Amino acid sequence: MPPAVGGGLAGSELRPRRGRCGSQAARAVGPDVATEATARSPKRPAPSSRRFEAPGRWALLALVTLMSFATRFHRLDQPPHICWDETHFGKMGSYYINRTFFFDVHPPLGKMLIGLAGHLSGYDGTFLFQKPGDEYEHHSYLGMRGFCAFLGALLIPFAYLTVLELSQSLPAALLTAALLTFDTGCLTLSQYILLDPILMFFIMAAMLSMVKYNSCANRPFSAPWWLWLSLTGVNLAGALGVKFVGLFIILQVGWNTVSDLWHLFGDLSLSMVTVGKHLTARILCLIVLPLALYTATYAVHFMVLNRSGPGDGFFSSAFQARLSGNNLHNASIPEHLAYGSVITVKSARMAVGYLHSHGHLYPEGIGARQQQVTTYLHKDYNNLWIIKKHNTNSDPLDPSLPVEFVRHGDVIRLEHKETSRNLHSHYHEAPLTRKHYQVTGYGINGTGDSNDFWRIEVVNRKFGNRIKVLRSRIRLIHLVTGCVLGSSGKVLPKWGWEQLEVTCTPYLKETLNSIWNVEDHINPKLPNISLDVLQPSFPEIMLEAHMVMIRGNNGLKPKDNEFTSKPWHWPINYQGLRFSGINDTDFRVYLLGNPVVWWLNLLSIALYLLSGSIFAVALQRGARLPAEVEGLSQVLLQGGGQLLLGWMMHYFPFFLMGRILYFHHYFPAMLFSSMLTGLLWDILLRLCAWSLASFSLAGHVHTLGILSLLLGIAYSFYLFHPLAYGMVGPLAQDPRSPMAGLRWLESWDF
Amino acid sequence: MLGFLQRPVVVTADINLNVVALTAVGLLSRLWQLAYPRAVVFDEVYYGQYISFYMKRIFFFDGSGPPFGHMLLALGGYLGGFDGNFLWNRIGAEYSTNVPVWSLRLLPALAGALSVPMAYQIVWELGFSHCAAVGAALLILIENALITQSRLMLLESALIFFNLLAVLSYLKFSNSQKHGPFSPSWWFWLVLTGVACACAVGIKYVGVFTYLLVLGVAAVHAWHLIGDQTLSNVRVLCHLLARAVALLVIPVLVYLLFFYVHLLVLCRSGPHDQIMSSAFQASLEGGLARITQGQPLEVAYGSQVTLKNAFGQPVPCWLHSHQSTYPVIYENGRGSSHQQQVTCYPFKDVNNWWIVKDPGRHQLVVNNPPRPVRHGDVVQLVHGMTTRLLNTHDVAAPLSPHSQEVSCYIDYNVSMPAQNLWRLDIVNRESDTDVWKTILSEVRFVHVNTSAILKLSGAPLPDWGFRQLEVVGEQLSRGYHGSTVWSVEEHRYGRSQEQKERELELHSPTQTDVSRNLSFMARFSELQWRMLTVRSDDSEHKYSSTPLDWVMLDTNIAYWLHPRTSAQIHLLGNIVIWASASLATLVYALLFIWYLFRRRRRVCDLPEDCWLRWALAGALCAGGWAVNYVPFFMMEKTLFLYHYLPALTFQILLLPVVLEHISDHLCRYGALAATPPWGYGSRGVLNGDSSVMQMGLGSQARLCRGSEDEANEGCRERKVADVHGRWGRPFGPGERQEQREGEGNVGRDPEQPVARGRTAWCMAEINQEAL
Repeated sequence: MPPAVGGGLAGSELRPRRGRCGSQAARAVGPDVATEATARSPKRPAPSSRRFEAPGRWALLALVTLMSFATRFHRLDQPPHICWDETHFGKMGSYYINRTFFFDVHPPLGKMLIGLAGHLSGYDGTFLFQKPGDEYEHHSYLGMRGFCAFLGALLIPFAYLTVLELSQSLPAALLTAALLTFDTGCLTLSQYILLDPILMFFIMAAMLSMVKYNSCANRPFSAPWWLWLSLTGVNLAGALGVKFVGLFIILQVGWNTVSDLWHLFGDLSLSMVTVGKHLTARILCLIVLPLALYTATYAVHFMVLNRSGPGDGFFSSAFQARLSGNNLHNASIPEHLAYGSVITVKSARMAVGYLHSHGHLYPEGIGARQQQVTTYLHKDYNNLWIIKKHNTNSDPLDPSLPVEFVRHGDVIRLEHKETSRNLHSHYHEAPLTRKHYQVTGYGINGTGDSNDFWRIEVVNRKFGNRIKVLRSRIRLIHLVTGCVLGSSGKVLPKWGWEQLEVTCTPYLKETLNSIWNVEDHINPKLPNISLDVLQPSFPEIMLEAHMVMIRGNNGLKPKDNEFTSKPWHWPINYQGLRFSGINDTDFRVYLLGNPVVWWLNLLSIALYLLSGSIFAVALQRGARLPAEVEGLSQVLLQGGGQLLLGWMMHYFPFFLMGRILYFHHYFPAMLFSSMLTGLLWDILLRLCAWSLASFSLAGHVHTLGILSLLLGIAYSFYLFHPLAYGMVGPLAQDPRSPMAGLRWLESWDF
Repeated sequence: MLGFLQRPVVVTADINLNVVALTAVGLLSRLWQLAYPRAVVFDEVYYGQYISFYMKRIFFFDGSGPPFGHMLLALGGYLGGFDGNFLWNRIGAEYSTNVPVWSLRLLPALAGALSVPMAYQIVWELGFSHCAAVGAALLILIENALITQSRLMLLESALIFFNLLAVLSYLKFSNSQKHGPFSPSWWFWLVLTGVACACAVGIKYVGVFTYLLVLGVAAVHAWHLIGDQTLSNVRVLCHLLARAVALLVIPVLVYLLFFYVHLLVLCRSGPHDQIMSSAFQASLEGGLARITQGQPLEVAYGSQVTLKNAFGQPVPCWLHSHQSTYPVIYENGRGSSHQQQVTCYPFKDVNNWWIVKDPGRHQLVVNNPPRPVRHGDVVQLVHGMTTRLLNTHDVAAPLSPHSQEVSCYIDYNVSMPAQNLWRLDIVNRESDTDVWKTILSEVRFVHVNTSAILKLSGAPLPDWGFRQLEVVGEQLSRGYHGSTVWSVEEHRYGRSQEQKERELELHSPTQTDVSRNLSFMARFSELQWRMLTVRSDDSEHKYSSTPLDWVMLDTNIAYWLHPRTSAQIHLLGNIVIWASASLATLVYALLFIWYLFRRRRRVCDLPEDCWLRWALAGALCAGGWAVNYVPFFMMEKTLFLYHYLPALTFQILLLPVVLEHISDHLCRYGALAATPPWGYGSRGVLNGDSSVMQMGLGSQARLCRGSEDEANEGCRERKVADVHGRWGRPFGPGERQEQREGEGNVGRDPEQPVARGRTAWCMAEINQEAL
């Protein structure tokens, strides 16, 4: 064992475990090897040094936390205007305070917390958050920024504790803390009203609690074991509740749990009952508890947002009925469709709108020169249609006739109320989608031809059922050609008033394009019922909200000819993001990782893969390693393996994503990669010290190495700190700029 | 020397009549009436046009897959003497007499026919009985979807053939690992694995999944090899190197070879040229090469050039201007400079010509000697037909209001000064003094006053701009993007100072005589990159389906319909085979998990070699199904039933494997329930912990748990070979007599000490957990 490497801070990595929970490293080595190693080690740490150790550790943790808070809260109020995505998330915080309904592609927890922080710190939700660069003036914004900075600052102690737990080495943990404290990227991202600090907080908290509960594995079902296990679950729910990226940490914890259970299952000293207990405990804490919490955030979300707002149009008609201020709220309309009813028909696809027609014809050369039929997003008299029987033209509203309900499978005619033309289709190609048929308005005063006949069908229903307002998902099938009425979602040119194209598609596949529902319904002969009866249940709301979010996320596609950030740019710190300001007179903040830290991380991943595979092959070849090296290799393979897995889980999936990507998506992965760097360099330096043990100065190699790394990182932070804390003055090309000579890559624009 | 005189010459031939018979019926089923129908069937209309291109040696571009598959089909045409003269325009069209239908369809049919004996070989090499192997081959033989697909000019049967070949040769290789590493047959199968993988990838990109599967299995086997301590380090290294060369290097080389042949054959320019860069086009005979031959290489002041945008999306186009001006007020109320429009135009036109001018001089002709333009020089670009200068200024562009408008400057005397200086930035320069070269240089034009960059935004202008594409000055240039890069395509030195003469000169075709040859790697990487990035517009199709429809055959494709007799060809599977194969996969998965869990609790239902065989069969067959099926859920292109056929083939192979396993092991347990279990085990087998026994299929499960007395005997020192001895006996009435060495337990060392603990040897084997 190397004599007192690590400057007395660390002691031995193979020390018999202290405290309530044993180290994972020691467990990994196995009891035999561990005792062997301690027995063989010539020097044991002196009892006196151990006495000071616990206070020393606490002091170090306090120091790390202090540094982290100091850097994150320094100049938090600058700049006093909206930076970058604050315009979205600040606005959404305001929506919570004003209780207006909105739509966002991320789950609600992060924005709810921002809203809560704003509310508690005296922000009244009146600031408009219109565009980046707007001054906050008298509005109180520091509460929200402070909340995010607080969570962002906690990342560092979390990372510190995680690495400490994995490696049992203080220098490794210190190095990690320094890497993250002095990274300008993490710093910048933590200082503004964004979802990322909240997301990263939950990810790191989940990771820490997972590692802690792994360490408690030798005392299952004890109080700390339960505590850490359930905390893991809570944090998983938090991570998923902020952004769907939280799924990656869930996968990681899931993988850890499965391998843990597999290990327990193979332990024949445990009876099946015990294994069953273990399984149940994990299902409870890692599946049931997070799901319950996640659902609860949605319950709160829908409870708080009960007023009509900008998000209404994204949701179905039934959903809108919940929101006060929406015209469907507290409305009462007849429940079942009958002949003679006046209705509006809405497409089930998001942001397509209502079936619409108007007194303009298709232009010359585009199909038959008949009246246009489109879909239109706004409410309008031209959206109204009357349901008529296909074979008679008598007025079904004649009070002498009995009410006749429309049933699934009936053949009907839809007459446009304003122009009295029938919905019509024929074998002419549609204006934009050439493979589909054109849909027109045809006939005079409701008299047309057999091409006006449509069969109305309810999706997944039996024949003969009545058709419900809002709830029934219907398809309209053209009787003559057999095609299905649908909206292609394409925007018509100017002649079509830039409304969306309606076609009749000969492909009978069930897609949302060809599914419609009835929204407004007027029929004086039928009794009105309150729409509250039709209100969707909570699970239905949850499901719909998720569908809309997923579709929204998929809709965020990069445009052609636009420079977009690619995942391979990120680890090499290829290009940052402008948070604020462009010109030399502006107050500029630029999100860019500290290049020294990031490139060290990159190097470390390569080094880790190299050293990890050397050790793995050596072990597989059955090489007999000296006890110290064996211990280090276990830490490297097990602890490092978990961190590497975390990095991969939070990075590689982005290569598969079709949506538009930004640089800040890499930061969760960067946390893991920094932890790996800390762990790796500590081990490498220890190995160095061990292999040079015959030289007199060998003991200092480790200390010196760690110290020089710490100093180098701190110095690079001194160089690059204007990126995060803001800079005014000439751009970096100018020698008078604070950043002169630091634009190491052409692609950095500061 | 004359040894053959002393000994009789003996030729021993092992002919497996099963294989011969299977090959024969395979050929019969695939080749019978191959030339019927003499009409274009389904996707033949698509592949046929490429065959014609190959026959005529005209370059084409197809983003759907690498060229090997197309080349195979074309080989059939070549052998049949096809001249390429057929208009592949609609399904159902009758073939003219010059189309050798039979030989065009021959190679896919042969590939389909040979899949039948290969299925037999694979199941046999996996260590299952001849009966199961014949079953697998028969199932492949009578699967009508496979037959339909093999009998037409389509690629799936060849893909399936090479997938199976890769798996088969890997199995042969790994089975020869035990008795003759580095023997000729060992090398042969190893290299063949790599070549077959490359062929599969070369036919369709989905072949890459089978390749990855084989690589994965090889990696696991190699990992066990590393753990084999009887081998010296050098020998292990040799093993690893051989595998790396054969499975990584050779496939890459073979894949490159396909492209090499492809580009060698297709040397003439054709209809798809425009997708490629000017340099690439110049390497083809005819087309651009004819125009650009003899062009001066270095662009000089006074040069007349056309500038092509490098991005090529939405369409390849040239920088263009014309007399029309921007409308004073756009439809949305914003104003413009009302100066002359500058656009990007996707057709050759005299208005695409620009003259490179030195800002310091007035002349528009080239000096003698020409003064070349270099990186960093400031130039003006004069529009040839209107002699107006390319200009940009702080006016919002018509469709991209965040960028600057680009115009040809007209002086309206409205205090809007001309800003027409551009600095030349050669992107692919080697030094900072590089000369601007025709075709080869990729340049950006940086505006001197505003540092905006000339960029194609790609948005089509409204009617006032004749639907040409918008060109803007982009101020916040973020890194390299193809849309900001331009290259000179046509080029000549201007000779006429007078505008009238110059117009004549511009209208005249350019002269011609040096061909610029791009290296193969440059051409390969450009072609491959374009193939991977080209976006096909996602078109609906009447017969397209989703992956979920495939498993239970909820979809079909009508391939062909005779216009008069209503004779038809449909792609439709045999529902019995599909359903039972899916069921077999499910049964396999459940059984595998069951065995795995029980082994974890040290209950070994299967003897070790049997378990390894079972696992390897699953990894290759069920794994082959999964890797060829699951990725389709993530693909956004239009999918058809035939995409499922490679996955189905692997799934079919699993069916007899599962059946044999059930009849040999599970049914056997049922029979055993009547007899005392200890009749089979050796002493002490049942001394196990009762909690373990509760989870079994029954207490008669063979427990491979060590017993107390074994532990007393010194369990640590037990040899695994001993265990083999115990289980090495035949144990079933249907068991075949040839006890082959357990597959996959590569490198198990008889001398290896077994792990500590009383549950000794079973644990050691579990730790080995080979496939």
